[in-house]
Amino acid sequence: MIRRLVRFVDQRSGTAPFLRKTLRYLFPDHWSFLLGEVALYAFVVLVATGVYLTLFYENSTAKVVYHGPYEPLRGEPMTEAYRSVVDISTTVKAGLLMRQTHHWAADIFLAAIVLHLLRIFFTGAYRKPRELTYWLGLTILLVSLLEGFLGYSLVDDLLSGMGLAIAYGVAMSLPFIGANLSSLIWDGPFPGKADFFSRMYVAHVFLIPLLIFVLLTAHLALVALKHHTQFRSEPRKTERKLVGVPMFPGQTPRSLGLFFAVAGVLFLLGGLVQINPIWLWGPYHTYVSTNGAQPDWYLGWLIGGLRLVPGFDLVIGNYTVVPNPFWGGAAFPLVVFLFLYLWPWIERKLTGDTAFHNLLDRPRDAPGRTAVGWSLLTWVFLIFVAGSSDRAYVLFNVPYIPQMWAYRVLAFVAPLLAGLIAFWVCRQLQEGELVERRRKRAEEQAKAQAEAEARQVTV
Amino acid sequence: MARAKDALIAALALLVRRRRPRLRRGERERVVPPPPGNAGAELLAIGLLLAGAACAIGFVVVYVLDRLPAHTQLLGLALGLSCLCIAAALIVTAQRLIVTEELEDDYPANEHPEEQELVAQVIEESGLTRRRLFKLSLLAAGGALGVAVLAPVASLGPAIDLVRFYTTPWRRGRRLVDEHGRPYRASDIEEDNFYTAFAQGSDKEALASSVVLVRLPPGELHLPPENAGYAADGIVAFSKICTHAGCAISLYRAPLFQPDEPTPALVCPCHYSTFNPATGGEVTFGPAGRKLPMLPLTIAPNGELRAAGNFDGPVGPSWWGVRERKPRA
Repeated sequence: MIRRLVRFVDQRSGTAPFLRKTLRYLFPDHWSFLLGEVALYAFVVLVATGVYLTLFYENSTAKVVYHGPYEPLRGEPMTEAYRSVVDISTTVKAGLLMRQTHHWAADIFLAAIVLHLLRIFFTGAYRKPRELTYWLGLTILLVSLLEGFLGYSLVDDLLSGMGLAIAYGVAMSLPFIGANLSSLIWDGPFPGKADFFSRMYVAHVFLIPLLIFVLLTAHLALVALKHHTQFRSEPRKTERKLVGVPMFPGQTPRSLGLFFAVAGVLFLLGGLVQINPIWLWGPYHTYVSTNGAQPDWYLGWLIGGLRLVPGFDLVIGNYTVVPNPFWGGAAFPLVVFLFLYLWPWIERKLTGDTAFHNLLDRPRDAPGRTAVGWSLLTWVFLIFVAGSSDRAYVLFNVPYIPQMWAYRVLAFVAPLLAGLIAFWVCRQLQEGELVERRRKRAEEQAKAQAEAEARQVTV
Repeated sequence: MARAKDALIAALALLVRRRRPRLRRGERERVVPPPPGNAGAELLAIGLLLAGAACAIGFVVVYVLDRLPAHTQLLGLALGLSCLCIAAALIVTAQRLIVTEELEDDYPANEHPEEQELVAQVIEESGLTRRRLFKLSLLAAGGALGVAVLAPVASLGPAIDLVRFYTTPWRRGRRLVDEHGRPYRASDIEEDNFYTAFAQGSDKEALASSVVLVRLPPGELHLPPENAGYAADGIVAFSKICTHAGCAISLYRAPLFQPDEPTPALVCPCHYSTFNPATGGEVTFGPAGRKLPMLPLTIAPNGELRAAGNFDGPVGPSWWGVRERKPRA
């Protein structure tokens, strides 16, 4: 039966050699190599739940009055878009499960990508010959941030609208093109015309998912063509020899198991842990806002950036060149991404290392890289935490203005300190290993000597 | 005795060797080593898969029985547990039921110099790369077609005409109304409180329509000369849209306790841009780079609040050149 099937496929496609190679493709084993897979499987869940949501979502800003089963909103004027999401959450069977699972999957998708990126960065996996894979991965992250933001904006509840207002403020602040570009995107000044929602919708459910799919395919194809990297955990593993578990039968059940584990956790979260209770916020109006509002976690760093910049527009005479939101909302992420894109090249210039690398570094093996990585991470993480300063104010009554000043100072000092400490820790770990190795060698020598002497004595 | 034991072991060894199946004609050597026999693990995997199936059926049952309490929670629990059972079964399979081979393989070649050379040669020898004028025309055709195809993007919105960014519904005599369209009277506005008003007859969602109204004690007002006369009986009006990123300013900090909070403040909750209504909306903290636009007020003979003109600056988030514009009705 199996033979007949394989023969059928091979005779009609000629792919038997390719299939054999694929089945025996080797996966080096380390838990951190699963982070990318978690992201991939979260993406699968996102597409599946997302398709279900499109079957009920109403992409329209037409005004309606709510008459559904949710008492507090009854009689409230709102857009059809918001009403349809309230309906998905209240009257559509399994609708709330799918919506919450979709939201959780988006948060975990981005978290897995970011952790995967950290793994790639700190182990030097992006080095030649894998720069293209790395750039594709970074682009997936960039595009996914936008994708997540659009999804959360389509709901058209109060938080969606506040997020969109901020996005509009940042778009307006782009030097020289801001007003024209925003006018194109929103079809005029905020809150824009009805077609703005169609644009967001087609981007969220079609254009960007397709783009992510294409980038992901290229990313995975490059990984497979150049094979996985591996740690130097045993002497068999070298720059030329790869040691790992074959795709089949070894890796397949593990990977499928991971898929079902990711899906299972996401459905449990979607069913049991409430996320974004959109019916509580009510519909958005340009003249309404709420205190202590927070975006999804992956946009927190931008809110932090927007909060921390002191109040000034770059003005020449009476001419505004760069309005304020540009610094925190556009320049800050641009700098971070630009640095990440350029890092393989910067490192090559700094170290002069142009060799091919299939073996990974441990963070301690490259103290300079680890220090730079920790600096950047500390910087972004601090600004991310600064983004939640209003929560600290609202929940714990920590005064807001001193918080801001503390973060402004820390944003400069902490990255430097973190980098220095990381460098020092790496050096200490390296030295510790050196001492350990010397001790072992000395012990072996002493043992050999003792044995030799013992033999002489018996002779 | 020892000899007999050796003979026995040899015989056993022979027997054992014979038990290994010989390859018959047409039969091939194994590629994957034989899986470890593990009846317990197999039973466990089967049990987990059946539990997964049961949970999945449970999902369908919960889905059909509409009126259960905690519907979403039960659905999520059933589907999630079903997936997790299957995941556990697969992991048992991977760890116990199949061999875990650790194989070696060569990394693919770093590069193929001969092939690189051939590719470059084919492109060069095609003769196309040497014709400079041809290449330039190709570039011109491609570029022009690209521009032509992208030109309809301009249909997305009025990218050149930016008049709408500084058009407002306000002009002298326009009433300030509340959310239900009722005109505000000066006597409605109390100290230490905060009111949202709109230009009568305007689209409330338009950024330039909404204003905040607060009443300050007479001695507290320190308006700059250019805003002299903007207040009416201690009542001041500002655009409700933050000049930083366009959120609505919905927090008013009335100075209830003088030593601690010496100035009244209008605060945007998005990034805590803070404006002082007593000094014409100047920025006192936070990221806003431009003062809050102020609306001049008068009180009509019947006590209604009316606009005495337009805002003193453009409404909403800043853009390049924003300071050169004056709002227009």
